[in-house]
Amino acid sequence: MEAPHQQEPVVQRLRFRYAKRGRLRFTSHRDFSRAFERALRRAQVPIAYSSGFSPHPRVSYANATPTGVASEAEYLEIALNRVADPELVRAGLDRALPIGLDLIEVVEAKTSDFATRLEASLWQLRLPGVSKAEATSAVAELLAQNEVIVERKTKDGVRKMDARAAICTLFLVPDPADDVAIVGEGVESVILNAVVRNGSPSVRPDDLLAALRVVAGLVPTSPALVTRLAQGSLDASGNVADPFGPERD
Amino acid sequence: MRSLWTQLEPLLPKVHKPIQYVGGELNSCVKDWDSADVRWALMYPDAYEVGLPNQGVMILYEVLNEMEGVLAERTYAIWPDLEKLMRENGVPQFTVDGHRSVADFDLLGLSFSTELGYTNMLSALDLAGIPLAAIDRTLDHPIVIAGGHAAFNPEPIADFIDCAVLGDGEEAVIKITKIVKEWKLAGRPGGRDGVLERLAAAGGIYVPRFYDVEYLEDGRIKRVAPNRPNVPFRVNKHTVMDLDEWPYPKQPLVPLAETVHERMSVEIFRGCTRGCRFCQAGMITRPVRERSITGVAAMVEQGLGATGFAEVGLLSLSSADHSEIAEMAKGLADRYEGSNIGLSLPSTRVDAFNIDLANELTRNGRRSGLTFAPEGGSDRMRKVINKMVTEDDLINTVSAAYQNGWRQVKLYFMCGLPTEEDEDVLQIAVLAKRVIDAGRQATGGKDIRCTVSIGGFVPKPHTPFQWASQCDHETVDRRLKLLRAEVQSDRRYSKNIGFRYHDGKPSTIEGLLSRGDRRVGKVILTAWQRGQRFDGWSEHFSYDRWATAAEDVFADSPVSLDWFTTRERLEREVLPWDHLDSGLDKEWLWSDWQESITGGEVDDCRWSPCFDCGVCPSMGTEIQIGPTGKSIPLIPISPLVNT
Repeated sequence: MEAPHQQEPVVQRLRFRYAKRGRLRFTSHRDFSRAFERALRRAQVPIAYSSGFSPHPRVSYANATPTGVASEAEYLEIALNRVADPELVRAGLDRALPIGLDLIEVVEAKTSDFATRLEASLWQLRLPGVSKAEATSAVAELLAQNEVIVERKTKDGVRKMDARAAICTLFLVPDPADDVAIVGEGVESVILNAVVRNGSPSVRPDDLLAALRVVAGLVPTSPALVTRLAQGSLDASGNVADPFGPERD
Repeated sequence: MRSLWTQLEPLLPKVHKPIQYVGGELNSCVKDWDSADVRWALMYPDAYEVGLPNQGVMILYEVLNEMEGVLAERTYAIWPDLEKLMRENGVPQFTVDGHRSVADFDLLGLSFSTELGYTNMLSALDLAGIPLAAIDRTLDHPIVIAGGHAAFNPEPIADFIDCAVLGDGEEAVIKITKIVKEWKLAGRPGGRDGVLERLAAAGGIYVPRFYDVEYLEDGRIKRVAPNRPNVPFRVNKHTVMDLDEWPYPKQPLVPLAETVHERMSVEIFRGCTRGCRFCQAGMITRPVRERSITGVAAMVEQGLGATGFAEVGLLSLSSADHSEIAEMAKGLADRYEGSNIGLSLPSTRVDAFNIDLANELTRNGRRSGLTFAPEGGSDRMRKVINKMVTEDDLINTVSAAYQNGWRQVKLYFMCGLPTEEDEDVLQIAVLAKRVIDAGRQATGGKDIRCTVSIGGFVPKPHTPFQWASQCDHETVDRRLKLLRAEVQSDRRYSKNIGFRYHDGKPSTIEGLLSRGDRRVGKVILTAWQRGQRFDGWSEHFSYDRWATAAEDVFADSPVSLDWFTTRERLEREVLPWDHLDSGLDKEWLWSDWQESITGGEVDDCRWSPCFDCGVCPSMGTEIQIGPTGKSIPLIPISPLVNT
């Protein structure tokens, strides 16, 4: 058998922040990655391919949100075999993706520790049919605990884990007019913001909701609408910093 | 028209693969409801992952949406998890484009590639709030139209549909749209029957309620005749001539959800005259009409640009038979050199395959396995089905493939073909071992694989086997067991031969639905009422539910499940689809059936004289093939680079 075709070397790496919005929040990570590979071809991006018998475009993803969760802060990196204008590539890819899967921002990769900078996530949870008073006391009760064990269904059965330790901050968004969530319409609801450490085992929004249920019996009348607003390193006061900061310096 | 999205959205986090219900696919469109005069809902009656890539629906969706004042949206079968939630919450069957209620459209067009979508149609009608029985519908309900290959015998679903379209759909949907528009503008004269009468008179459209069926005491059909004036005795199929004038889909739909075909497809020709006697598709789509090599190249270029797919499927019933397939494969491989774009021919005949072609197809893409469909296990069997490929042809082809770097060959067969004996099926094991031997000899290695896939044969309407007795599933299963034992008996080969089979029971039900008449409608309804759905999915298919439904419905009647399936029909019997004209001369079909039993072969009329199947003269059509002598020019690939 012939030797596999040698692929051209990588000359540039681009990092993107992208969003999963509205109804396209139901896109799974696998769905997104297939759509993204097709967008690379439609936009004629000079993407580098892996070598081997079945070459794959060189794309790496960080911490994808669960299916059904919207996001304003997903990250991925691509490798190119020709030097390209980052903003032209971003605009081309964004046009090639369906509306709702939107490439928001691009930087040229200058650092190698990007993934480790994605220390924590800022989640916004909109809870339909929950009153302010209920939410306030549930949040206080959750924060008062040292440990809250929740159950998560996995392929291999039910897994138990602590959902409390990873929570850095959790609070009610005081004025919903400031709310930037882009999902849900016409439902009375409260909005919680939470900064949660990404680490392992990762605590996901579902686990957070389970924790509120466990400590305070808090159950929204219809499924919570969750959006990841930011990802990045944690500062001393528990805020999430822009992970592209070092790239821009 | 209000969108159902806000009602649907809270249900989606609770169901499997919610992305399939949200729409918004690349190249999909949502037109303004109020400015449309005629509104179509198009349904592929199976799960989204199967239905979305369907070329028929995609073509009609685009053709209709290109028309001014016409709107088309898509809907698919809904899995039981969401169906349950929708019923609990009062959410009706919706379109994925605008999330509009299917009941609010003027027309609901269903594309039936197989009969296994019938129960899903009933689910969709019921969820939509449309009465299941066509005669119970009022002016408030859509006109329900069946199309696709199964529409060539729509009698089993005659109670549930308002009409069926025979043949190619592109021009037919335009014609139907115009008729419905005129009828609406005229104030809907004559009500529902009024528009159906106009459709029936237009040709190519069958309205079951305008025909009465009489039966003999022994259960056979006595006659089928129109019950009102201006309705034709026979309904002709529609044939699109000059495929180059219909370069659809131009903007193929690209789903976010994973589907069964992750590629862009271009139909390189329609129809087939190889004359395989089991093949309904080859019989009802005659004559062969090729798309030109330059027409194909233009569609590939536009489609790749519109979708970003990495693989192009060159579709047809036997793609290597295109008169310029070699030039096409080479031209496309040259044009997309270095782009990692792969080409594939989803159906390739052993005798039309050659290594040069295969090398061109895989030049820029991946060299996966080769797939062939000898269909019959023995040379004798292949003569009966008119699949003129000898075992030696196959071994020669496979040896050449192994010498050129392929390591895996898949072979497709059918079990239960007319006149089949145990040894015909056991010959498949001999063949598979010869394939492995050929591979070992060609490569000097042992790392060779051959996968044998086999399923039960179902006799289909409008084929020479339409009179045949369908093999009972006990016999099919027994032969499959014998074959598996034979494949596994020799340890020198058993590790290299994969064996995949479908048990015979689903084929029996498919047989009932394929060759059934109007009396089968009650069986479909009963099986559906008892929970039958998604018949193409083994985890949802229940033979027992179907068999008991047939027993209960046919309790005091001369017919039965066996009567419709394993019974051989005689020459003079009126068949349920005799009044639906595919152009094939019934006398020719009968003589071909008789010849099959003695192993008489028929050549392809593209390369030998006409054998009088009857299609061209009766339908006013002719064979359209190249070569055109044209070639595919190179185009520069322009990456997004700094210069």
